[in-house]
Amino acid sequence: MNPRWWLIPLTLAVALMLAMMPLPDAAAPFRPDWVTLVALYWAMALPRRFGLTFAWIAGILLDVSQGALLGQNALGAVIVVAFALHYHQRLRVQPIAQQALIVTVLLLIKQALVLWTSGLAGRAPEAPWLYFAAPPTALIFWPLLFVVLRDLRRRYQAT
Amino acid sequence: MQPLFQQGTGPLVRTLFFVLLSATLMVADHRFNQLEQVRGFLSGAIAPLRYAVDLPSRFLGWSSDQVRSHEELVERVNALERENLRLRARQLKFETLRSENERLHMLLEASADRDDRVLVAELLSVSLDPFRQQVVVNQGERDGVYAGQPLIDAYGVMGQVIRTGPFTATALLISDPNHALPVQINRNGLRTIAEGTGEPDRLELRYIPNNADVRVGDLIVSSGLGGRFPANYPVATVVEVERRPGAPFARVIAAPRAQLDRSREVLLVWPDGTGKDGVEGDGYVPPPDAGREGARDGDGVPAQDTDAPDAPARSGR
Repeated sequence: MNPRWWLIPLTLAVALMLAMMPLPDAAAPFRPDWVTLVALYWAMALPRRFGLTFAWIAGILLDVSQGALLGQNALGAVIVVAFALHYHQRLRVQPIAQQALIVTVLLLIKQALVLWTSGLAGRAPEAPWLYFAAPPTALIFWPLLFVVLRDLRRRYQAT
Repeated sequence: MQPLFQQGTGPLVRTLFFVLLSATLMVADHRFNQLEQVRGFLSGAIAPLRYAVDLPSRFLGWSSDQVRSHEELVERVNALERENLRLRARQLKFETLRSENERLHMLLEASADRDDRVLVAELLSVSLDPFRQQVVVNQGERDGVYAGQPLIDAYGVMGQVIRTGPFTATALLISDPNHALPVQINRNGLRTIAEGTGEPDRLELRYIPNNADVRVGDLIVSSGLGGRFPANYPVATVVEVERRPGAPFARVIAAPRAQLDRSREVLLVWPDGTGKDGVEGDGYVPPPDAGREGARDGDGVPAQDTDAPDAPARSGR
């Protein structure tokens, strides 16, 4: 067992806290999906350690914290993380800007899945287009997150 | 070193497995409501995170109390004392009115209203799905909170508990588009249903005929039909009446009395005296039988089906 096993759960817990942090009503729809961003990073950086199980558990916890149907975010997270796991070698060598673009597209797919399942459950929101306001913020936040998590990973030599 | 050949199940199979697992969970959660235990357990697991997220705003409140000047505090205590005096004076009159009311009720051989038991709770400032109007309170199953329990603040009805965890509970506000609350107009007893609109300062009163007697400024109180909310708590004030000759019903908008987006202290209500009279402080432990369902079928309330047509959260969950 890797002695630094706690790094991934810890970053996910921090991401979950960021997702629960109160924001003004006007800014709340633009909150980046921290949990999925962190999950995507680990899927890309440590695909042998961070698998679908982790992504699924993170998604379920996000569901519980948001009061969503159990499985909505988990479904979206599993699908985008599966994509990142499959293409991790190609994604890793992309420049950060390009990674940010791909991550944004993945987050848009995830939001579409969440919106779709909400619609199936008969609780579609009033303004569905606002659902797609959050993913583009990843263009700004992905580089930041990437640098922070990469430094953490190197510092604690999590492999 | 990556193994040259894949061992165990392939990635596609694993992905499909988790997708199916999520889908099963969603169906079980939505259709059959089978997952309350699981959700309660998980909500207990993330309760520490919720409390941690709430810490900064708690600390801000605490430190602003600390740096408040002496004069300011004296002034505030004086203001509160004055208000207390005024409320006590009104309470005196209220006591006589209540005993008179009880006598009249006895004459009519009807059951008298008893005081509802309440528990003070605080909202945790954590954010939920931004597209639904929900709040988290710092009391959970351990304090006897049950799903369906009404939540009020000092000004009116706020919402109802929809999910409980061991240490926290999630409540749906009356302004959520999926929430409807049976109400009546205080002035003339006209019954209607207050539906949320998704905006914290607007409720829509449904099914009011165009020729009904409703005016701007009318007080809307809970009617107690549906058996979930106690009767006669203020809910909203009518702010807009639009009579539409072409449509079967008028469009009536009301503003909630409760400070849905500002209150921090809230009250959880056990309707119609399932406990003792008066206000209990924190940490009251109810008798074990006052569980989720049991707490509602108290003596005074006529037995009601909890899934009556006007039972509030229409979405189920």
